[in-house]
Amino acid sequence: MRDPGRGLRILLLPALPLLLVATWWLTTADSTNFFWPPLERILRTFDETWFTGRFTADVLPSLARLLAGYLVAVALGVGLGTAIGSSRTLRALVEPVLEFFRAIPAPVLVPILMLFAGIGNEMKVLVIVSGCVWPVLLNTVEGVRALDEVLRDTARCYRLRPRSRLVHLVLRGAGPQIAAGARQALSIGIILMVISEMFAASNGVGFTIIQFQRGFAIPQMWTGIIMLGLIGVVLSMIFRVVESRVLSWYTGLRASQRTKG
Amino acid sequence: MTTTPIGAAARPEAPTALLDVRDLRKVYGGGSRSVEAVRNLTFSIAPGELVCIVGPSGAGKTTLLRCVAGLLDTTSGEVVLEGEKVTGPPRGMAVVFQEYGRSLFPWMTVRQNVELPLKEKKVPKAERRRLVEQALEAVGLADVHNAHPWQLSGGMQQRVAIARAVAYEPRILLMDEPFAAVDAQTRADLEDLVRTLWRRLGVTVLFVTHDIDESVYLGQRVIVLSNSPTVVLEEVAVDLPDDRDQLTTRSLPRFAELRAHVYELIQRAKRGDRPVG
Repeated sequence: MRDPGRGLRILLLPALPLLLVATWWLTTADSTNFFWPPLERILRTFDETWFTGRFTADVLPSLARLLAGYLVAVALGVGLGTAIGSSRTLRALVEPVLEFFRAIPAPVLVPILMLFAGIGNEMKVLVIVSGCVWPVLLNTVEGVRALDEVLRDTARCYRLRPRSRLVHLVLRGAGPQIAAGARQALSIGIILMVISEMFAASNGVGFTIIQFQRGFAIPQMWTGIIMLGLIGVVLSMIFRVVESRVLSWYTGLRASQRTKG
Repeated sequence: MTTTPIGAAARPEAPTALLDVRDLRKVYGGGSRSVEAVRNLTFSIAPGELVCIVGPSGAGKTTLLRCVAGLLDTTSGEVVLEGEKVTGPPRGMAVVFQEYGRSLFPWMTVRQNVELPLKEKKVPKAERRRLVEQALEAVGLADVHNAHPWQLSGGMQQRVAIARAVAYEPRILLMDEPFAAVDAQTRADLEDLVRTLWRRLGVTVLFVTHDIDESVYLGQRVIVLSNSPTVVLEEVAVDLPDDRDQLTTRSLPRFAELRAHVYELIQRAKRGDRPVG
């Protein structure tokens, strides 16, 4: 059955963003405060600030580091999480340690990582990995542990080989949880991407924003913040598209359970 | 004690039993808090037989089935399938679980669900295709290949699980209260489906149920279990005609007698009666 409220919801989707932009625009329209320039001025500088070379010089390197760090974190998190989730002994052994490491905020690792990994791309990617890996890891452990008992028995009865069991049972079954972790990791990744560029960097969105701020180029600084927001929106949209494809079975299953009561 | 299988008459009777359960005992836990679920079970099933196991609730039926399936270690005694001791899920065995909704892979289509075990058995692609199609056809689901299990009704989901078991071409099919969670009409259809498939394929079936009528209607033999710690209370040979249907078979006087007999046994089992000796 089609949801009758769906059309309305799509119409309402951009309503709040528009309202917020309008509020910003109006409240700053005749602002003379140096730190709160009118939105109109910010937007006018947007184009020249970012699309005259900075996109390839700063935005793309940032995104590349984010992507690298994120992918490594997801691979690591899913790999380790599957191992830990599958073995009770391993879980009992590492869980307290995991809680300890997970409680350490990734930004404080930056000075330490700089000692080991220098101040280049490796350090920044490592910072992103060190923060993103936790939600993926912990969610994967939960997802693997919560796999249905009957489904496990079924896989055993039909003598699924370890590889097929991993691919067809464990990873698919833990998929919804893994996706939840990966979604959290994405927003953490964006934050860490910026933070890692605030120390000892020579390019990147975070670096550029700090440069503008230190040079009192306030409208340009604001455009950087808007740029970050836009990156976040686009990435989460891409994430949603991928997720809805991979987990369409899950959405359908949930919907059918709701209608069956 | 054993009766001759009539259904699979085409297959020459093998001298040895297909499945032998000897002195099976299962104790859960250890130390002072251990629970003896199964005390001593001994029975055997000949190739091509359809045997029902019935017992009061909590009689350790599921424990027994899980031990036979190799999903659970026995405390002592052994399960021997085709001359080999069962230590894990054996080759040539398929299981249909009660929880159909949880035994099908929800991320796969009906076809993929049926096909997966065949892929694991390395059945060539063309053969796989044929088996999947035949099996789905046989359970009356020829037109839902590409649906996901959760898009189907409960009865249809259990049909998919049966199709998966049938396509696997097992020598023994274990069914653990497979129709306990479907409505009465669907259940009657599915019972007939099991009889039909069994007669057509000559597969050996071990059918666990708590439903007395179902056990008598389906089986050639009904093994009645005592309450826990479980032993075999009695084996009842079902001498009903081989062609059975819901209406005529169930109204036969002999059906009523057998039903009453098994019912009485179950009542005795509930009171804690044990076989003499």
